[in-house]
Amino acid sequence: MLTFTIRRLLLAIPTLLFIALVIFSLLKLAPGDPTANVPLTVPPEVKAKMREALGLGQPNYVQFYKWLVQFFIIEPQVMIDHFFGTDFADGKLRVISWQWRGPVMDVVVQRLPQTLWVVGLSYVVGAMIAIPIGVISAYKQYSWFDQIGTFISMIGFSVPTFFTGLLLIVIFSVYLGWFPSIYDTTLVVNDWPSFVKQLKQIAMPVFVLALYNAAQISRFMRASMLDNLNQDYVRTARAKGLSERVVVLVHVLRNSMIPVVTVIALGVPGVFGGAIITEQVFKVNGIGDMLIKAIEANDLPTVQTLTFIFAFLIVIFNLIADILYGILDPRIRYD
Amino acid sequence: MKIKTILMGAACAFAMAPAAFAERGADGHLNIIYWQAPSTMNQYLSGGNKEQDAAALVNEPLARYDASGAIVPWLVDEVPTVENGGVSADLKTITWKLTEGLKWSDGTALTSEDVKFTWEYCTNPDGGCASSNYFDGVASIDTPDNRTVVIHFAEPKPFPYGPFVGASTPIIQKAQFENCVGAKAQECTTENFNPIGTGPFVVTDFRPNDVISFKANENYRDPNKPAFATVTFKGGGDAQAAGRSVLETGEFDYAWNLQLSPDVLASMESAGKGTVIKGFGTSVERIMINLTDVSPDLGDERGTIKHPHPFLTDINVRKALSMAIDRALLTKIGYGETGKPTCNVLPAPAIYVSTANDSCLTQDIEGANKLLEDAGWVKGSDGIRAKDGVRLSVLYQTSTNAVRQKYQAAIKQWWNQIGVEVELRNISASVFFGSDPGSNDTFQKFFADVEMYTNNFNGTDPENYMASWTCAQIPSPENQWQGNNMPRFCNEDYEALVKEMSVTGDINKRAELAKAMNDMLMQNYIMLPITHRASVSARSNTLGGVDMNVWDSQMWNVADWTRAK
Repeated sequence: MLTFTIRRLLLAIPTLLFIALVIFSLLKLAPGDPTANVPLTVPPEVKAKMREALGLGQPNYVQFYKWLVQFFIIEPQVMIDHFFGTDFADGKLRVISWQWRGPVMDVVVQRLPQTLWVVGLSYVVGAMIAIPIGVISAYKQYSWFDQIGTFISMIGFSVPTFFTGLLLIVIFSVYLGWFPSIYDTTLVVNDWPSFVKQLKQIAMPVFVLALYNAAQISRFMRASMLDNLNQDYVRTARAKGLSERVVVLVHVLRNSMIPVVTVIALGVPGVFGGAIITEQVFKVNGIGDMLIKAIEANDLPTVQTLTFIFAFLIVIFNLIADILYGILDPRIRYD
Repeated sequence: MKIKTILMGAACAFAMAPAAFAERGADGHLNIIYWQAPSTMNQYLSGGNKEQDAAALVNEPLARYDASGAIVPWLVDEVPTVENGGVSADLKTITWKLTEGLKWSDGTALTSEDVKFTWEYCTNPDGGCASSNYFDGVASIDTPDNRTVVIHFAEPKPFPYGPFVGASTPIIQKAQFENCVGAKAQECTTENFNPIGTGPFVVTDFRPNDVISFKANENYRDPNKPAFATVTFKGGGDAQAAGRSVLETGEFDYAWNLQLSPDVLASMESAGKGTVIKGFGTSVERIMINLTDVSPDLGDERGTIKHPHPFLTDINVRKALSMAIDRALLTKIGYGETGKPTCNVLPAPAIYVSTANDSCLTQDIEGANKLLEDAGWVKGSDGIRAKDGVRLSVLYQTSTNAVRQKYQAAIKQWWNQIGVEVELRNISASVFFGSDPGSNDTFQKFFADVEMYTNNFNGTDPENYMASWTCAQIPSPENQWQGNNMPRFCNEDYEALVKEMSVTGDINKRAELAKAMNDMLMQNYIMLPITHRASVSARSNTLGGVDMNVWDSQMWNVADWTRAK
């Protein structure tokens, strides 16, 4: 198992480099201009100077190489400096955004908390609701519970988050005035009232996203449980006289979890990627918002850095999912 | 008795004092929402209006435009003019005298050196300063003493209020930015995010593209201002959400740039929490007509003046296109109360507005048909007019935007009625308004027959704006397609007027010249103005002191904003 993990990690290095190159080329090939959003009152020759100051005049391979050095060597040094108080990165040029002329990673760190609060929590809540619903729906197939569960997950699947989000805002912010429609990212949670305030402002976005996540995961859970419930080993377990509780929760559930774990694990990078639409609707201004703004502004260093981080997380969580199979199913061994 | 009266009087005075003088910070917290979030506090590196407005809370120019468009002294006691001797008789120097005792927010004194430094900072060729054109023609700046700034122009400058007047050129502190000049400007993150200013507020926390927190500046020149102790300047979301947060839920006090459909705004306003405010500046939605041939067969010479357009060079065709448009109807569906139909590309300030072209306000499809008929353009079996084998078929491009697509659909219908075939196209704004010379879809390359967008100019003086349509401004491969003359209009008489304006000082004479230029452009039908657009914002009913300003930053008088009780 260990050699497998190491082999996979080593293989990931060329994969990731290749991904970085593909992202860079795609961004370079797409038409666009980081000064496109500058008002027309600024004359074109001034805009040309602004582009030059951003380093756009350099050849592509120089730009790519600079990004590689900044991202893989200087940014980790900055991180080490931050935790151990060293000064490896002093005076070295970090990955700088074209929008705010500051380090991209600083803003990633600034934006992560709200993304994790909202998207992360909704994922946890969604999974925690989805698994019991999936198990019960499958165990009591075609019962009332199953029908209602199917109905709700159809809604969660098919109604887009920008619609449910707006609906909630109109009901709970405009008419009832219970929750704020705009997320306050400067809120510091340090006592009970501020915690309540935080709960209030994450309530709506978490609900919207949890509904969506739960719909997806509960479907997988139900299908997987149904597959397993009719297997021979279940009949054997029952014939041995095991209680239904043990049969379902120990034997069937564990075996059914394998495909569900893949779905959940592969969804985790999405948590860090933020939820572009929901973040926009509730003004959460997390990572998703950062990415979409950077794309709109043609902020190449930011888009490149963020998409690469997502790619990295996807590769890592694929590996984690593979390792989890081995833990869930003793028959699966990679060595 | 006497003592009693005095004591009573004194007691009264004490009791009255808080009511008579509002104290700094007495009104608590102010919430502002900009749905496009500011990405930096240093507007010189961004040039965007959102950055300019955020910076207006901190950094100030020497003089500003007020809501009526008049120049008012800001960090000086009076605005220099030829009459008061501040501007030299040969129009080559202007002398500003800083108000005594002005301080930066860090407590140090504001001096003429800071003003001079701002010029040096912005004109450094490696700095990429977005306002550098405001310093065009400045030869040198002298600082004879701490409070005097003398700006020397290379040529006589009839309108010397470009540098350090209005929202585009505020003063930055020399001590803070001394090491951030040129290429290093981009790397000074701390300085760019936390500028020291003379304005009513200072930054306490800056988060790019998200939120800015401010607190009142302790060293602000008026000890009783600003009324607000802290400000949150939130960004993100969309115009509708920003409008909702002020007009419907009341979470925010001020929302900027609410380009929403008129019925949406009206229904939001009916919730009774806030008011929509608007101001008409110089923004005009216009259609540009390409006088050059953009056929792809021409290769590298596509869209250059070497190849005139097959039919748009016929003034009758251009005029007919203009006559077929119902500007009033378009404006009503697109902008409602926040737009006015217009026939001028120079729609404001009032003294520059021509009335010579107002006949275009009434649609005349019949007249347009007749005009084309008389000019020899005959309808074919498909209903499209043609002459000598040239069909009237146009490609009409604009940026992706709900209102613009409505305009396109309506105009296509009208042009079809006069026998012109129309193909519509819309391009993402970030590509269309980008100036990537490699892209064929930019508004400057203009590889289409007609295109539509909005443009305006800053401040109140139209000299530079009207100079956009000179031969030298024609975008071409030689200048990497940079230039403002989209129709590729080139006319000697027009050049002469532009030249004359650049040496004319008298305001009435300048107005006449500007009108003449506007009329020449309009009567050549090389661009068809449609709608004079207002800036639209919303304020909460509890917010007082807001004075909507389209000539300067909307935040220009934020020091005077108060909480209405």
